Amino acid sequence: MPKKSYRKAINEAIAQEMRRDTTVVVIGEDVAGGQGGTGEIDAYGGVLGVTKGLIGEFGEDRVIDTPITESGFIGMAAGAACTGLRPVVELMFVDFIGVCFDQIFNQAAKFRYMFGGKARTPLVIRSMIGGGLRAAAQHSQTLHSIFTHVPGLKVVMPSSPYDAKGLLIQAIRDDDPVIFLEHKTLYDIEEDVPDGSYTIPFGEATATREGDDVTIVALSAMVHRANAVADKLAKENISVEVIDPRTTSPFDEHAVLESISRTGRLVIVDEDTPRCSMASDIAALAAERGFSSLTAPVLRVTCPHTPVPFSPTLEDAYMPSAARIETAVRQCLGS
Amino acid sequence: MTLHAVTVPKWGLAMEEGQIVHWYVAPGARVSTGDALVDIETPKITNTLEAEGPGTIRRILGAEGETLPCGQVIAVLDDGESGEPDVDDFVKNAILSLEAKHPEETTGKTLRPALVDVGSGSLNYLAMGAPTDLSIILIHGFGGDLNNWMFNQPVLAAAGRTISFDLPGHGGSTKTVGNGSIDELALRISVALKSLQLERFHLVGHSLGGAVASKVAASVPGSCASLTLISSAGLGEEINGDYLEAFVVAKRRRELQKVLESLFADPSLVTSDMAEEILRAKRLDGAEAALRQVLAANFADSRQLFGLREQIIHLDIPIMTIWGESDLIIPATHSNGLPGSTQVLAETGHMAHIEKAAEVNTLIAKHIAAA
Repeated sequence: MPKKSYRKAINEAIAQEMRRDTTVVVIGEDVAGGQGGTGEIDAYGGVLGVTKGLIGEFGEDRVIDTPITESGFIGMAAGAACTGLRPVVELMFVDFIGVCFDQIFNQAAKFRYMFGGKARTPLVIRSMIGGGLRAAAQHSQTLHSIFTHVPGLKVVMPSSPYDAKGLLIQAIRDDDPVIFLEHKTLYDIEEDVPDGSYTIPFGEATATREGDDVTIVALSAMVHRANAVADKLAKENISVEVIDPRTTSPFDEHAVLESISRTGRLVIVDEDTPRCSMASDIAALAAERGFSSLTAPVLRVTCPHTPVPFSPTLEDAYMPSAARIETAVRQCLGS
Repeated sequence: MTLHAVTVPKWGLAMEEGQIVHWYVAPGARVSTGDALVDIETPKITNTLEAEGPGTIRRILGAEGETLPCGQVIAVLDDGESGEPDVDDFVKNAILSLEAKHPEETTGKTLRPALVDVGSGSLNYLAMGAPTDLSIILIHGFGGDLNNWMFNQPVLAAAGRTISFDLPGHGGSTKTVGNGSIDELALRISVALKSLQLERFHLVGHSLGGAVASKVAASVPGSCASLTLISSAGLGEEINGDYLEAFVVAKRRRELQKVLESLFADPSLVTSDMAEEILRAKRLDGAEAALRQVLAANFADSRQLFGLREQIIHLDIPIMTIWGESDLIIPATHSNGLPGSTQVLAETGHMAHIEKAAEVNTLIAKHIAAA
């Protein structure tokens, strides 16, 4: 099976769905690649090259380059979704969501509910999240907890190329608005990804490591740090299970509860500020419905409650590191 | 006198390295052909590597717990009485020649499945072994794919051309299965065999693939030189309908892993990686619908809706039936009253060719050689 990058997996998912369904369109800044500027069409394929090649195959009627007006084109995509298209709209950095709040939270997320189930909004908003690239406070946030908080939105956070392709195809075929969050440090990782189309259902976690001593629930890029810790501790005969929920809404509560019923210990690794976060939400789940399984306090490894620092030293200290994850796991075990 | 290298085997297309789990032998041990040498773990399953010939173990070069690439020398077997310096030279040369080889050559990565057009789509197949007059055709069971033969095909290929197919709707084959009946599946395999210009062959089928193989043998008289049926469908009424349904329905790895455990007498053989790989195949567009169609066309209420016993009895070719004594999917009693030889293997479930690979390989090789 061919190895493909996270970037290629996402590109392939969009291209295959555009071939399968002519109502799928791509909208966003620079998605055609430098059009409108002085550059050559498709030289670039978006800020990280994810949509490269699409303009050539599908033309400018289906790959729509927009001006830098997130408030405008996100609203346009929501309206297009209500009226028969399946837009895959790219919000370059998730940090820019602020100017589109009403279009997403009050409009797209509410249509099905407020029109008595008669409206469908098959909209995918792809966006880049996360720190680690020295991009400072306005280009490094994750913000997934904010979307997860809103009923009517589905929220997807793939950690691997295989998952990215299957989850994005699922997102495009879904009749509700889906927020698809791509971590900017993952675009170059590679693994086996089938050439054919496939879907991964929402609300189904996967275990990237299996173990019996401690459960780590980790999201997006943090899955890889958790895996590294699990692999390191395996050499000391500490058996760590890593659960990747893959989607935060819907959330696979069963997978977390089932895992802690075996391990009795839970560490949550979430690249986000801690208040009102997924980490807090998962900790509450364990407290309410998994309490009898727990043999140690639930620990959260998150960012501190501050903006993402620009200083490389501070940013490294800000992100949940493998060292902090390992310390938490050992603390759970009382060692 | 000859020294032979025992190497990390390549079981299946995806295997690139194996972990040495347990050595059954120590330097100085005398072994006979087929004796267990070492357990080797792949991400999918653990299997025992057996001695290909008699001799004395002179060197053990891979330690338990070590993970080594396919093709790496892990032991030296001596069928004579070589001197110590000769053994040392042999080891040195074996390592040098491994390093000199192109990495793809040593790991067998160049082996790739191909597609053959059968009119209503294409079938994925893997050819292995030098072309011979009679090829050995391997057909997997319901929900499987050609990788089910990963412990068998490389061994059988030593004697000649082997071809394993993905059934319609399975693996890398087109997901359309027509009405999904045994006749339909057999027709497409027959078309594929014709396209590949295979006029005479030995057929080996497992479970649903056994029924398909029987149908192919019956429908193209004179083409089939021998038939090997492993836990085959089509020989009786009973089948574990709960298993079939649970297999199709399972969407989660742990759930599927539990389901797969009923295929083996030793459930610990089912790893989560094995379950994940099958889950990934099931997620492909059209895969589940194809499984449902095949299921609906051939099985209902824990019964098989078709019978091939009459047709098989009238085949004028050598027939061998292999069954696991502890088969929970199709009962071993279905092998009763068939022509030819019947081998019921102890402590074996529905997947005899995986669970007792070496034994099954020997049986098939003998059966084919005698045909």
